[in-house]
Amino acid sequence: MEAEAAKYIGAGIACFGMAGAAIGVANIFGSFLSGALRNPSAAPSQAGNLIFGFAVTEALGIFSFLVALLLLFAV
Amino acid sequence: MANDPIHQFVITDIFTFGTIGGDGTEGSGITLAFTNSALFMVLTTITICAYLILTTRRRGLVPNRWQLTSEMTYEFVANMVRSNAGTEGMKFFPFVFSLFMFIFIGNMYGMVPYFYTFTSQIIVTFVLAMLVMIVVVGYGFIKNGPKFLKLFVPAGVPGYIVPIVTPIEVISFLSRPISLSVRLFGNMLAGHITLKVFTGFVVSLASFGALGILGAALPLVMGVAITALEFMVSTVQAYVFAVLTSLYLNDAIHPSH
Repeated sequence: MEAEAAKYIGAGIACFGMAGAAIGVANIFGSFLSGALRNPSAAPSQAGNLIFGFAVTEALGIFSFLVALLLLFAV
Repeated sequence: MANDPIHQFVITDIFTFGTIGGDGTEGSGITLAFTNSALFMVLTTITICAYLILTTRRRGLVPNRWQLTSEMTYEFVANMVRSNAGTEGMKFFPFVFSLFMFIFIGNMYGMVPYFYTFTSQIIVTFVLAMLVMIVVVGYGFIKNGPKFLKLFVPAGVPGYIVPIVTPIEVISFLSRPISLSVRLFGNMLAGHITLKVFTGFVVSLASFGALGILGAALPLVMGVAITALEFMVSTVQAYVFAVLTSLYLNDAIHPSH
C-alpha cells in the first residue's frame, strides 16, 4: 500500500474516535434533561456543570479530529 | 483556489518590520511581520476597549441600555469566577475577564464573512493556555509554597493507591494546556471548515442548471443553520475557556481538594 493512501485511511479511522465523544456528549445532555425534568427548579443552577462536562467530553472528540488533521497535513 | 475550505486560514503579511538572524538569503531567519491574524487581534482589543470605555463613560445609578450590557457581561464573568474559584479568586477577575472578552470578540469577528479567525490558529490558543498555566503554577507556588504539590495527592485517598493516583494526576495536570488550547482551536477550525464546505455545496450544485438550483436550497438552509450553531459554539467555547481558567485558578488557591 502506498504511504499516501495509508495516510488517508488512517485519518478516516481516527475519526471513529468522534463516535465515543458523540455517545459521551449525548449521555451528558440526556442525563441533564432527565434530571431537569424531574426537578426543574434545580436545573438552572447546574447549567455551569452541564457546559463544563460537555466541554471536557467534547475535547476528546476534538483530539481524534486533531489526529486526523495531523495525519492529513503534518505527517 | 479561492473557495477551498482551508483558504480562510492562510496567514498573509500586511507589512514586515525586517528579519532577525539568518544569512541574508531568501527564507532564512525570522521575519517579523504584521499579519492578518495580528490585525484582527488588534481590532479585537480595540473593540473591547472602545466598548467598555464608551458604555461606562456616562455612568448612572439607573443604567441606560448600553451600560446595562457591559454590566451584565461583568456580572456574568464575576459570578462565574466567584462560584468556581471563591471570593479569593476575584483577584484574578481582570485576567479571566480579559481572556473571556478576547476569545469571545475574536470568535465573533471570525463569524463575519472574509474576516480572519485568529482563534483557529493553534499557536494563538496555545499561548493563551500556557499563559493560564504559568499564572496557575506561579501563583500556586508563591501562595502555597511546596504545599502546592498536594494538588497531585488528593485528600482522603488510601496510602496504597497514592502511587497510582499521583502519576495520573500529574499527567492530567500536564495535559491541561494541551486540552485547553486544542479544544478552542479544534472547535473553531472544524466549525469554520464545515461552514465553508456546506456553503461550497451551494455554489457547486447551482452550477448544474435548474434542478441544481432547486437542490442547492438544501445546503443553503444547512449553511444558515450551521452559522447559527457556530455562533453558539463561539460563545460556549469562550465561556468554557473562562470557566476552566477559573477552575484551574481554584486549584492554585486551594490545592488540597
